[in-house]
Amino acid sequence: MESEKRSIERGALSRLVEQWLSQGKRVLAPMHSGDKVDFAWVTSLDDVSLDHVQTVQSPKTAVFPRVEELFSFRSADGRVEVRERDLGALPEIVVLGLRPCDAAAMAALGAIFNWDAPDRLFSARLARTTLVTIACSRADEHCFCTSVGGGPGAVAGSDILLTDMGQGAYLAEIVSAKGREAARAAGPLFAPAPGMDKESRLATVAKAFSPDAIAAALERMFDAGGFWEEQSRRCVGCGACAYVCPTCACFDIQDEGGISGQRLRCWDSCGFGLFTLHTSGHNPRWLQSQRWRQRLMHKFAYMPERQQALGCVGCGRCSRACPVDMNILEHLRAVAEAKP
Amino acid sequence: MSPTDLFQPLLMKIEQVIEETPDVRTLRLAFADERQGREFTFRTGQFGEYSVFGEGECTFCIASPPTRNGFIECTFRKAGRVTTALAGLEPGETIGFRGPYGNIFPIQDWERKNLLFIAGGIALPPMRSVIWNVLDLRDRYGDITIVYGARTVADLVYKRELAEWAARPDIKLVTTVDPGGETPDWKGEIGFVPAVLDKAAPASRDTIAVVCGPPVMIKFTFPVLARLGLAPKSIFTTLENRMKCGVGKCGRCNTGKYFVCKDGPVFTLAQLQGMPQEY
Amino acid sequence: MNALREKARELLAAKTVQVVIGYGRGSGGSARAVFMRAPAQAAELIFDATCLQNLAVYLMKPEVRKLGKAALVATPAALRTILQLAAENQVADNSLLALAPVGEDIMPLATFAAIEAHVAAADHDLSAAEGAELGKFAAMGLEERRRFWEEQFSRCLKCYACRAACPLCYCTRCTVECNQPQWIPVPAHDLGNLEWNVMRAMHLAGRCVNCGDCSRACPVGIPLYLLNQKLISDVSSVFQARSGMAARSDNAMSTFKPNDPEDFIR
Repeated sequence: MESEKRSIERGALSRLVEQWLSQGKRVLAPMHSGDKVDFAWVTSLDDVSLDHVQTVQSPKTAVFPRVEELFSFRSADGRVEVRERDLGALPEIVVLGLRPCDAAAMAALGAIFNWDAPDRLFSARLARTTLVTIACSRADEHCFCTSVGGGPGAVAGSDILLTDMGQGAYLAEIVSAKGREAARAAGPLFAPAPGMDKESRLATVAKAFSPDAIAAALERMFDAGGFWEEQSRRCVGCGACAYVCPTCACFDIQDEGGISGQRLRCWDSCGFGLFTLHTSGHNPRWLQSQRWRQRLMHKFAYMPERQQALGCVGCGRCSRACPVDMNILEHLRAVAEAKP
Repeated sequence: MSPTDLFQPLLMKIEQVIEETPDVRTLRLAFADERQGREFTFRTGQFGEYSVFGEGECTFCIASPPTRNGFIECTFRKAGRVTTALAGLEPGETIGFRGPYGNIFPIQDWERKNLLFIAGGIALPPMRSVIWNVLDLRDRYGDITIVYGARTVADLVYKRELAEWAARPDIKLVTTVDPGGETPDWKGEIGFVPAVLDKAAPASRDTIAVVCGPPVMIKFTFPVLARLGLAPKSIFTTLENRMKCGVGKCGRCNTGKYFVCKDGPVFTLAQLQGMPQEY
Repeated sequence: MNALREKARELLAAKTVQVVIGYGRGSGGSARAVFMRAPAQAAELIFDATCLQNLAVYLMKPEVRKLGKAALVATPAALRTILQLAAENQVADNSLLALAPVGEDIMPLATFAAIEAHVAAADHDLSAAEGAELGKFAAMGLEERRRFWEEQFSRCLKCYACRAACPLCYCTRCTVECNQPQWIPVPAHDLGNLEWNVMRAMHLAGRCVNCGDCSRACPVGIPLYLLNQKLISDVSSVFQARSGMAARSDNAMSTFKPNDPEDFIR
């Protein structure tokens, strides 16, 4: 369905944020924090950064927080009572100012959480989240959305896509049913958009590779140990890349609170050395090179085949966050150019 | 009422605790909710996530056969936080169970064939389920040979069942312990599993082999099976990669593009030969 | 830069070392670690103000260790790290060559004694600016300080970049990964984050050489260096001890001396 084109002025957007907050919705948006811009819960449009290229973290916390309760339990007199999580009590969230790549990432997360048996908690959070994306008017050397099926003005995954048209006016493309509902609830805050064309306002992101070519190359490269060692030598094995990634969804399950406590799901990363350690002490991925290989293979080879979704949206966050400058675009180019 | 959430376990009561070795226990578990117990089905080879509330979950196969109703059993070695807590529980206490997960041993395809089970140490439990399963349907299968070894006599699990199998005329059971692991009254073999298997020279025509054990045992057992003439597609094993969710999401157990929790844990040697070695 | 490249070329050509760990040009004009194994690669080495990472972190990485004897382009902080690793029996004397840039020149330091002499000649005290920043915390009330750190740690993701970037966090199994008992909660919630960050800082007390890589590595910008510098300052004033100055030294926090001051215990 063709998205409906409206417009919204900055002042009206500010009132819309107030309206969401007054309806009890939580608003997650980019905010300046020191010399960084990152997603935070905002209380006004004035808090929101509108001039950055990309946030440190992705907005995945809206649908996959770094710690969440799966259920709680109570033990007494040898009896255990398990209490299901009340999904109806989850907050309604509006993510404002995420990028088109972030909106596209929700489908990749969905592919992981729901590819086989559906994950209720993730799906309930996603159902209660409205994505009001702002198109990219600038990009940097780490952006490569166009290589993985996205674009600085792509609508896929968003509920509403805003494009800054200058002079405090935004083109608002109402993309989904949830977006139409949000626009309807906003009433006159959205105005007609006569003759607005976003193309000239969008950043240019050159295409760097084809994901099919990467997948085909990776297919032959599992045993190219020397290549992976060379590529990952400076990697120090932290989880920064995974934790800022909008599509990384590996998790751990932990109990807390003793016999009357909660079972929690929390972020984990395939980059950590102990991630795959067996009880016996054997570790199938005992080297960082094997863990780096897993990272690329998972996103560009395994996910496309098993979940019919790419595990990367080209946001470039991992490259920007990496303490030792592992630049994923460079590594993907190296894969594409590798001689089998 | 069944939990609607993937991660929410069913409650199970511990009916019996069997001390197999000083650090290995078998728990017999029954569903706290009788209706859940009646509705629960699984097939041999599948596994579950067992939890001690407040400590966490761990992954073991279901060690009892699906031919015995009303309970399941698991056997585990006390090793980490959860298994230590589990080992401290007594009959009557409640634990959590999620499952059954994973694929199965295709025992229907094995009918009329000879079966050769080769296990080492704590890896007998996944095989015990399938052994009892075929024994409960004994007339459907040909010769049944079990080769089981452990480091020492004390490390052999299921000792009562080993005695029962040894006494049965319709099973050939060979037990062995590593050199130095024998006791003065040990009547079994002394030697490593692959060598003992070689010596036992079981029937190898129309034979299915199931091999579970430590990686080094498996590595040296495959060539012996090849010499016996078994094709890679007739040799089955289980992979034991670390898991958290058991349902293909947490990202831990994959070997290449295969999820051990969904596509496994049962694989044939032919399948393993086509998979990246990441287990 | 030429002296560095020439030296690296010479060392690799003569096979004096099997790898030169240095800096090369990275993304967006930054510097990144490079591992040069052939003389021809030496031309890619750089050394300038963008070269901040403490490369001594790679001395503890198995994949780098297996390459053979290394020459390491070493900032003053990296030199102190080598001495501290030596004091903790993690590197052996004569097992690596430190290449210390001095102006346009390069000074090869082959022994711990040579590194000690080089380090002793420079001032490694906290700078005036660092001291002033710490002073601001000393002036804060307990409650204000607690609020400050709670706010900072609330952003912690537990990605452990601070740990991975730290050359002195080399344990193969960190306390945070020990679960019998579970000392530190695994999840990145308030308690888990507070305990993790306090534990990290305390395990570096008397060992941290103030390279600053924990803070540089932190994706969300938590000023971890403040905790480390506070501990450096305390260990210095209480025990008159300074890490990274000598290849043989007792760790202030794990060495009991009968005359250790106790008046700070309240």
